Amino acid sequence: MDLATLWFCIIAAFWLGYLFLEGFDFGVGMLLPVLGRDDTERRVMINTIGPVWDGNEVWLIVAGGAMFAAFPAWYAGLFSGVYLPLLAVLLALIGRGVAFEYRGKVDSPRWRRNWDRVIMIGSWVPPFGVGLVLATTVLGLPLDADGDRLGSAFSALRWDTLLGGLAVVGFSLVHGAVFLALKTDGELRHRARALGLRMLPAALVPLLGLTLLVQAREGALWTAVPLVAAPAAAAVAWWRLAEGREGQAFAALGAVIAAAALTLFGALYPDVLPSTLDTADSLTVAGASSSPYTLQVITWVAAFGAPAVLVYQGWTYWVFRRRISTRHIPKAHAPR
Amino acid sequence: MEVLELARWQFGITTVYHFLMVPLTIGLSVLVAGMQTAWVRTGNERYLRMTKFWGKLLLVNFAMGVVTGIVQEFQFGMTWSAYSRFVGDVFGAPLAMEGLVAFFVESTFLGLWIFGWDRLPKRVHLACAWAFSLATVASAYFILAANSWMQHPVGVEFTDGRPTMNSIWAVLTNNTALAAVPHTIAGAFAVAAAFLVGIAAWRLWRGRHSGDGDRPVWRSSLRLGAFTGVAAFAVLVVSGDMQGKLMFEQQPMKMASAEALCHTEQPASFSILAIGDVRNADCENVKTFTVPALLSFLAHNDFQTEVKGIEDLVGEYQERYGSHYPDDPALGELAGKPIDYVPNLPVTYWGFRIMIGFGALSAATGVLALWLTRQGRIPESRWFPRLALASIATPFVANSAGWIFTEMGRQPFVVVPNPTGVDGVWMFTAQAVSTVSAGEVWASLISLTAVYAALGVVEVFLLVRYVRGGVDAVMPPKPPPGDGDDTENSRDPDDSGDDVLAFAY
Ligand code: HDD
Ligand code: HEM
Ligand code: HEM
Repeated sequence: MDLATLWFCIIAAFWLGYLFLEGFDFGVGMLLPVLGRDDTERRVMINTIGPVWDGNEVWLIVAGGAMFAAFPAWYAGLFSGVYLPLLAVLLALIGRGVAFEYRGKVDSPRWRRNWDRVIMIGSWVPPFGVGLVLATTVLGLPLDADGDRLGSAFSALRWDTLLGGLAVVGFSLVHGAVFLALKTDGELRHRARALGLRMLPAALVPLLGLTLLVQAREGALWTAVPLVAAPAAAAVAWWRLAEGREGQAFAALGAVIAAAALTLFGALYPDVLPSTLDTADSLTVAGASSSPYTLQVITWVAAFGAPAVLVYQGWTYWVFRRRISTRHIPKAHAPR
Repeated sequence: MEVLELARWQFGITTVYHFLMVPLTIGLSVLVAGMQTAWVRTGNERYLRMTKFWGKLLLVNFAMGVVTGIVQEFQFGMTWSAYSRFVGDVFGAPLAMEGLVAFFVESTFLGLWIFGWDRLPKRVHLACAWAFSLATVASAYFILAANSWMQHPVGVEFTDGRPTMNSIWAVLTNNTALAAVPHTIAGAFAVAAAFLVGIAAWRLWRGRHSGDGDRPVWRSSLRLGAFTGVAAFAVLVVSGDMQGKLMFEQQPMKMASAEALCHTEQPASFSILAIGDVRNADCENVKTFTVPALLSFLAHNDFQTEVKGIEDLVGEYQERYGSHYPDDPALGELAGKPIDYVPNLPVTYWGFRIMIGFGALSAATGVLALWLTRQGRIPESRWFPRLALASIATPFVANSAGWIFTEMGRQPFVVVPNPTGVDGVWMFTAQAVSTVSAGEVWASLISLTAVYAALGVVEVFLLVRYVRGGVDAVMPPKPPPGDGDDTENSRDPDDSGDDVLAFAY
C-alpha cells in the first residue's frame, strides 16, 4: 500500500474514532431534556461525559488537521465547499463546549436552563452537520478543474446529503442512550435503557439507508460485506441491551458505525471528493495528496502519536469507569 | 465588500480573539502547575488554596480558548482554500503534529485534572497538571512553527508551481520560529502575571479590615505574579530584539514600516512617538522624539549602519516580485493592478509602539508591586489595587498589537518571500482566498463576531464573580452526612460507594 492510500485509511480511522467517541457525548447532550427529569439527573448525565468530551472533540480537529497535511486539496475543496454547514457545526461546538464548563458556575435555575438549551442545540447540530459533510465527500460536489465548488452556497444541501446528516444524528441518539445506561445507575439507567431499546431500530434506519445508497451508487464488491455486518451488529446491540449487558451493546454499536464507515470510505476510494460535474475533475487519493516526503514525516508522527493517544485516552476511561448516579452528585457550588 | 476584505476581517477577528484566551491559558496553566507542585512538596494549605482559586479562573478561560481554537483549525480550508492548497505540503504537517502531540494531551489530561482530585494519587494528579500545561506550550511551538514558515519559508523546493517540503527539520528549527517561541511564551507569562497581580492586589485591599484569612494566599500570588511579570518582560526585550534583527533581514519592508522610515538613513534613528500622519511622504517631520542611531543598532547590532527606507525597498520589491498582479480573474478587482508593497503604516508604526509601550507599563506595575510588598509589607493605599486591576489589560493589548503588527506588516504577502530562499515560494494575500461567495463570508463574519462578543461578556462576568467569591467559593464543599439508598444492586463493585464526587459539573 502506498503512503497516500495509508493516509486515506488513517483519515477514515480518525473520522470513525470521532463518530464513535463524540457520537455518544452528542447523544448524551441531545437526550438531556428527555432523560434528565430534574437538575440533579441532568448533572449526572453531563458528568458521565465531563472528563472525556473535550478529548473526544480533538478527534475532529485531528481528522481535519490530517486532511490538511496529507491531502491539502481535499481539505481545501471540501471545507470551502460546505462552508455554511461547517460554520453551523463550529458555532454549535463553540456554544456546547462553553456550556459544559459554565453551566454550573452560577447557582440559578434560569442560568442553567439557558445553558441546557445551548448544550441541546450544540449536540443536535454538529452530528447533523458532520454527517452531511461526510456524505458530501462521498457523494460529491460540483467541482471545477481547480477543485473549487461551482454553484451556490447551498449545493451541498441535497436529499442524499441530508440523509447523511440524519444518519449520524440517529446513531448518536442511540449511542448516547446506551452510553448513559452503561455509565449511570438507578432510575436514569433504567430509563436510558428503555429509551435505547425503543429507539434503536428506527434511529439506525437512516444510517443503513445511507450505506445502501452509497453502495448502490459507488460501491465495490467488498464494500457490500459491511452492509451485512451493520444490521447484524445492530441486532446484537439491541439484544445485549435488552439483556442488561450495556457494555456489550455499546461495543456492538461501535461495530455498526465501523461497518458503515468501511462502506462509505471504501466506496469513496480512490476518490477523496468526487466532482458531480465531470469525473475528470474529481479529487483523488493520488492527485490530491501531499508529497511523499511530507507523508513520510506525518507517518512517523502518527506511528508514535496515535498509539500513545489510545493508551492515555483509554486510561482516562478506566479512571472514570465508575457508574454515577444522583447520590454521587455534590450540592451545587458556585460563588454568590 | 469583496470576499478578500471580508475574509481578512474574519480571520483577523477570530485569531486576535483566540489570542486573548491563549496567552492567559498558557501562562496561568504553568503557574498553577507550579502552585500545585509547591503544595504537594510542602503540604502547605496556602498553596492548595492558590491552586484551587487560580485553577478555577484558568478553567473559565480555558474553555473559551478551546472553542475558539476549533474555528482556527477549519478556517484555512473554509476561507483560504487557495492558500491551503498552495502551502498544504508544508503547513499542514506542524498543524497535524499540534493536534496529535499537543491537543490530545492537553484535553485528555485537563479532564483528568479537573475530575481527578479524588480519583488519582496526589502525584499522578500533579503529573496531569504538568502534562496539560506543558502541552499548551507545545501547541504554541507547533503553531508558531507553522506561522513562522509563512513569515520566512524554509525547508522547501519548488515543484509544479508549489512548494514541497524537503526538510521538516528546517521547518521546525526555522530561526524565525526559534525567536518567536520564547517571545510569545514570555508574552503569555506577562499576561498571566498581570492577571495575578491585579486580582491579588484587589483581594488584599478588599480584605484589609475584615481579617481575611486568605491574606497569605493573596500576598504570595501577588509576589509570584510580580516576579513573573518582570522576568517575562526581560525575556520579551531580549527575544524581541532577536526577532527585530531577523526581520530586518527577512522582511525589511515590515521593519521599515514599523519605523515608518520613508527614506534610507545612515545611521538611522529610532522614533519614540509621532504626532501627525506617518503616511506622509516626508514622514520624518512628524516624528517627535527620536533617539539617534538606535534603529541602526536594533537592525544590525551596530550604531553606524545604514537602514533601508520604504522608498528604496519598494523599488527592490518590484524588481524581484513584479510590479503588477497577474491578470487572473481569481484576483477580482486587483487583477492586473499594480502591487502595493507598503503595509498599512499607521498600523505597523503604532502597533510596534503599543506592543512595547504597554508591555513596559505592565512590567512597571510588577516592579511597583514588588516594591510595595518588600519585606513582608502589604500595600495599604487605595490607588494601588486600582492601578493593578487596570493594568491587567496592558499585556493583552501588547500581545494583540504585536500580532497585528506581525501579520499586517507582511502584507501584501500571505507567504512572504524568503530573500535567500527558493525562488517562487511566496503568495500574495489576494491570491489566497477561497472562491466562496461574499454572502458566505459575511455569514461567518457576523455570526462568529456576535457569538464571540456575547461569550466574552459571559467569561468576564464569571471571572468577576469568582474573584469576588474568593477562595472559599472554589474549595470543595464539605461532604454532607451519608444519604441516599441504593435503588439497584449493581454489578460493579466500584460503584457501591456512597461518596459524593469531589468535583462535578
Ligand atoms: C506582552 C507582550 C509583548 C511585549 C511586551 C513585546 N512583544 Fe514583541 N510580540 C509579541 C508580544 C510582545 C507577540 C504578540 O507575542 C508577537 C507577535 C508574533 C510573535 O512572534 O510575537 C510579537 C512580535 C514581535 C516582532 C515581530 C516578529 C515577526 O514579525 O515575526 C518583533 C520584531 C517584536 N515583537 C519585537 C519586540 C521588542 C523589541 C519588544 C520589547 C522591547 C517587544 N517585542 C515586546
Ligand atoms: C500562529 C498561527 C497563525 C497563522 C498560521 C496565521 C495565518 C494568517 C492568515 C492565513 C491570514 C490571512 C491572510 C492575510 O490577511 O494575511 C492572517 C491574517 C491575520 N492574522 Fe494571522 N495567523 C496566525 C496567528 C495569528 C495571531 C495569534 C494573531 C493575533 C492575535 C493573528 C492576527 C492576524 C491578523 C490581525 C490578520 C489580518 C491581517 C490583514 O488581513 O491585514 N494571526 N493570519
Ligand atoms: C491560526 C492558527 C491557529 C490554529 C489553527 C489554532 C488551533 C487551535 C485549536 C484547534 C485549539 C483547540 C484545542 C482543543 O480543543 O483542545 C487551540 C487552542 C490553543 N491554541 Fe490555538 N490555534 C492557532 C493560533 C494559536 C497561537 C498563535 C498560539 C500560541 C502561540 C496558540 C496556542 C493555543 C493553545 C495554548 C491552546 C490551548 C489552550 C486553550 O485552549 O486556550 N494557538 N488552537
